[in-house]
Amino acid sequence: MKHLISAGDLSRDEALLILDTAEELARVSERSIKKLPTLRGRTVVNLFFEDSTRTRISFEAAAKRLSADVINFSAKGSSVSKGESLKDTALTLEAMGADAVVIRHGASGAPHRLANWVRGSVLNAGDGTHEHPTQALLDAFSMRQRLGRLEGLKVAIVGDVLHSRVARSNVLLLSTLGAEVTLVAPPTLLPVSVERWPCQVSYDLDAVLPKADVVMMLRVQLERMNAAYFPSAREYSRRYGLDRDRFAKLHDDAIVMHPGPMNRGMEISAEVADSPRSTIVEQVGNGVTVRMAALYLLIGGENQ
Amino acid sequence: MIVIRNARILGGEPRDILIANGLISEIGAGLGGDTVIEADGLIALPGLVDLHTHLREPGREDAETVETGTRAAAMGGFTAVHAMANTSPVADTAGVVEQVWRRGQEAGHCDVHPVGAVTSGLEGKHLAELGAMADSQARVRVFSDDGKCVSDAVLMRRALEYVKAFDGVVAQHAQEPRLTEGAQLNEGEVSGRLGLTGWPAVAEEAIIARDCLLAAHVGSRLHVCHVSTAGSVEIIRWAKSKGWNVTAEVTPHHLLLTDSCAEASPVGPYNPIYKVNPPLRTQEDVTALREALADGTIDCVATDHAPHPVEDKETEWAAAAMGMIGLETALSVVQEAMVETGLLDWAGVADRMSVRPARIGRLSGQGLPLEVGAPANITLYDPAVRTPVDPTAMVSRSRNTPYEGLTLPGRVVATILRGRPTVLDGKLV
Repeated sequence: MKHLISAGDLSRDEALLILDTAEELARVSERSIKKLPTLRGRTVVNLFFEDSTRTRISFEAAAKRLSADVINFSAKGSSVSKGESLKDTALTLEAMGADAVVIRHGASGAPHRLANWVRGSVLNAGDGTHEHPTQALLDAFSMRQRLGRLEGLKVAIVGDVLHSRVARSNVLLLSTLGAEVTLVAPPTLLPVSVERWPCQVSYDLDAVLPKADVVMMLRVQLERMNAAYFPSAREYSRRYGLDRDRFAKLHDDAIVMHPGPMNRGMEISAEVADSPRSTIVEQVGNGVTVRMAALYLLIGGENQ
Repeated sequence: MIVIRNARILGGEPRDILIANGLISEIGAGLGGDTVIEADGLIALPGLVDLHTHLREPGREDAETVETGTRAAAMGGFTAVHAMANTSPVADTAGVVEQVWRRGQEAGHCDVHPVGAVTSGLEGKHLAELGAMADSQARVRVFSDDGKCVSDAVLMRRALEYVKAFDGVVAQHAQEPRLTEGAQLNEGEVSGRLGLTGWPAVAEEAIIARDCLLAAHVGSRLHVCHVSTAGSVEIIRWAKSKGWNVTAEVTPHHLLLTDSCAEASPVGPYNPIYKVNPPLRTQEDVTALREALADGTIDCVATDHAPHPVEDKETEWAAAAMGMIGLETALSVVQEAMVETGLLDWAGVADRMSVRPARIGRLSGQGLPLEVGAPANITLYDPAVRTPVDPTAMVSRSRNTPYEGLTLPGRVVATILRGRPTVLDGKLV
């Protein structure tokens, strides 16, 4: 592995290696001194063109626990806001000797482009409406932790699939790992040709819930309503929100996930979000360990 | 007097062509002249005519100028190009079209026929002074807001009606604007996977259907720019079957490339060298477009040569400019897509790349058969070679060709404009 740009690039063995490595590294997080010397002398740049405090601090914590030097490069207030191109930014980072660049960008495919211009590893921390592979890895990690397996798990991913990088990465990764994914959304929020994806598709959340081992709720942005993807927030919530009544349809071991940030009362009710079967807080902690594993495997080698 | 020796006119038996005073004066065997062009094995075609070229002057001389763009045209075997109106300032007045026309005359590499904007400033609000452009020295006959669609149905109707007075044609860039807000790539399997906002086929097809009906209703001539979908082909076939006066063009890139280039290509995924409007479509669309060009449903090939400076393509996909250059590779791509596949012979190529576009543009001295007495507008083409496409060898000011990394057949050896070579031995004269 040179880069981590798409979950679809990972073989089953590579994906499992990341999860297993994360499991080992998780033990470090339980110690009183959480730091390992593994990436001492390596430089990790967090290149964030979109505001995403949670993802950035997750990557920052991961790199720091492995003793890497971390440079945070936020587009706001930098040369980027003065019109510098992605290529010039990349060349600047290259000159600084970045071993890994973690990029969050509003344009789908920006990490692929960046990989043409830097020698270091590129980690995709979310690109437009394309992918967010470390989110999928931490989701898979959380599922395995709670349910003990991934093979054969029935996972419902519910919400704005069309604009969701989390959904794309999860479908690709979970199908590689043998889980059975069902996407649930109003037809307006599914891409055309979604039937060619390695998953099932349904418009009916109530029909899917009783069989699901995992229900992953996606954030729905209110501006979609203004673009006529659905009539109103209330109607969306009634048809696709996970409230107490729907939650009751799940079997007893099923878990509820959300990549955050949540719209409580919209796609998920507060009760469900705060229930013991919600993994939402664990997902945040697991994010750090999974990102440690990814950084370690990408730039932790001897001959870097 | 120039004599071309042993040229295969439209791929036929070798003949000598004698040129005098800008005209073909004799066709036969063993002819002599002051200057001899050896054309053993070369195909002679009537000089190619492009209905759709962006020369970028005035305004974006960093991307192309009339001088550099017409050099590229000559190198591609063209003796006439239509310069699109989306310049800065827009070619929406007699003054601007005359300026472009005059620059073409001065450059002298091929004829430049300015296209006039349909609406002032391409804003889609008021008709531009179409009559003034038609009556100007540039004698504009093709009107287009290309780059933007004349989406207002009433305005389109009026434009179609108005240009009848001077036998003009409205060339529509068919793109329903609301269905394509922020659109990046053909809406389909690839756009869904790549997370790029889709440009649905229906946004093109709905406008073409409407415009065909409008043209029929008012008895006008409609030309459809860069047809890109199988559905559009069906609609145009239907309109023609009704006897309506509808013509259409297809670009070389839509005959060869698909949206899969955005996902996997020799230059990596998300490379905006493949970003173009209308977008590259699917293999089914490519097949339908080839068949439609072969059976004449689509009348002609037009390049939509769209030069952009490097910095407008060395970006993330969404930020990149739309368009690709195409003048210097057009004939090679048509050979690859249409001739090598047996869909067109060389007479067919001449018809689709010279005769019909000249007729649509109402050009009098272009697109005529290579016969005694005709203007000596001739392209000599070697179909036997295959060479890798080298962007650095191109004479266009821009380098945004989507064919880098491909090996394409054929090479333009000479281009002759009214008896005067503009290209000889594959080099500009």
